[in-house]
This record gives sequence, C-alpha cells and structure tokens, in this order.
Amino acid sequence: MGVGPATIGMNRAPQQEAALIQRILAGESELFHELIRPYERLVYVTILAMVRNEAEAEDGAQETMISAFRHLQTFRGDAKFSTWLVTIAMNEGRKRLRKVKVAAEDPIEVLTEENEGDFTPAVLTDWREIPLEALERKELRLKLREAVEMLPEKYREVFVLRDIEGLNQEETAAALGINVTLVKVRLHRARMMLQKNLVPYLKSEAPGRGGFFRRWFQ
Amino acid sequence: MKLDCKHVWEHISGYLDKQLDPALLQAVERHLETCEVCSAILDSTRNILVLTADDRTYELPVGYSERLHARLEAVIAGNEAG
Repeated sequence: MGVGPATIGMNRAPQQEAALIQRILAGESELFHELIRPYERLVYVTILAMVRNEAEAEDGAQETMISAFRHLQTFRGDAKFSTWLVTIAMNEGRKRLRKVKVAAEDPIEVLTEENEGDFTPAVLTDWREIPLEALERKELRLKLREAVEMLPEKYREVFVLRDIEGLNQEETAAALGINVTLVKVRLHRARMMLQKNLVPYLKSEAPGRGGFFRRWFQ
Repeated sequence: MKLDCKHVWEHISGYLDKQLDPALLQAVERHLETCEVCSAILDSTRNILVLTADDRTYELPVGYSERLHARLEAVIAGNEAG
C-alpha cells in the first residue's frame, strides 16, 4: 500500500481538457458535465473539510460548479483546471464559513507562523503491536475526520489539498495564494498535530494491544 | 551528519514526501535504523496518510453526483435559453 492519494484527473491529458474547455466556450455547453466529472469529489471534500457539514458541503460544491460554468471564459490555460476549480471551492468554503462562524477564531491563528506552539509528534512505545488491520476500522476513519476538522484553518487547508486531494506543492501554493515553503511548513505541522491526536486512539483501539502487556508480564 | 530524535522529527514530513536532499536523507535513515521511537513516529504518521487517502474516509453522499448534474443541467439549459 503506497502513501498518498490518487492523483486527480489523471485519465485526461491536459490538451484534451483544454480542447474540451474550448468547445464548451464555443457553445457546446453540455460538455461541461464531462469536464467536471473527475473533480466532483475534489470540490466536495475541499468544502466539507472547511464547513464540516455534509449538506452545506454539497450545496457549496454545486455552487462551485455553477460558478465555474458561468466564469469559464475567465479560466486561463496557464494554470491547471483542477487548481482553478479548487480556488473557487476554497472561496465558496470560506464564504460559508464566515456565514456560519459563531465561535471565536482559533486562538492559534493569531500567533506567528514561526512561534506557535508544539508540533512535536507523540512518542510511542508499543507501536509495533498495532496491526495494520486497525486502519480498516470505521471508527478510526471517523476519528481522523474529526481530528482534521479540529486543525486550525490554515493547517487544515493545506492538509486537505495535499494529503486528501493529492495536489502537488505548487498547485497547493497557487490555490491558497501562499509560497511553497509555507505549504511545506504547514503540512508538516498539520501531520504532526494529527499524529499526536490520533495515536492515543490507535493505541487504545488496536486489537492485540494485550500482546504488549502479555509480553511484559509473562 | 548525526541527528538526534528532535531533528529527525522535523524531517518526518519531508522524508515521507521524498524531499530530503541525499545527505540529510542518509542521516535520517541511519538514525531510523537504530531508533525505535522515531521509526514508530514515522510508521504512525505514514499510516495516518494511508488512512487519509482511503476513499472511505471521505465518502460522497448517496446521490451527490446525480443531484449535482441535475442542478447543472438546469443552469446550462437556462444559460442557453437566456
């Protein structure tokens, strides 16, 4: 099992996509359905990870696609279509977030990038006892979603685009309007925060954990 | 180059993304060979990424695609009519 999400829209060559866009702009509007099909998931998950509500994410995904259709003539071929679409989705997500946000800002947001808390991982002593089957558990996937939702927004955005959506560093930087170095820093911190949050859960949930104690007490 | 654990932690992400330069990569790998603590951190982080990439972690709602295309269809039809 390899690390990293499936690459998005790989079945279609960029030239094919550009040709498709030209035809849509020339009047074959129906082809827009085909154009966005590989990105349905990308747009939904991007917004879901921001707004944390499935109905809101679905509505946001629809609005994103409608907006993309209406503004397709403004898309420039120098960026990838997927990156352009993600930018619209991020804006849609932020807009919805502002609307529903009643809670105070994440306190970590006001701190500076260089000096903002502890990003060290959780140190494990019995990790070897945790079988890979633990990853098959539905509760663990739910726990991961919750942990991602709890990340401060700027870390969550980078994690979603890089590790969930599989955008590369440059695409992520372009979609968020930040530089590649910041993408790397934020991604590392997001991963370390997730590792720290999820490891206790993994340990307590892992079947066969008893093995650790048996080994010690035999 | 000899690294202690805390330095290795800083490069876990770069290591997983295969972005370390050769000298640093060698130093990290050498450390990982003998340090169970850092190996466990690496494994657990890698497993979290595997889990993240699993389509089942973020599932699309049933009927999502159909509803999306139906709404688009209405917009496209309206656009052409207008």
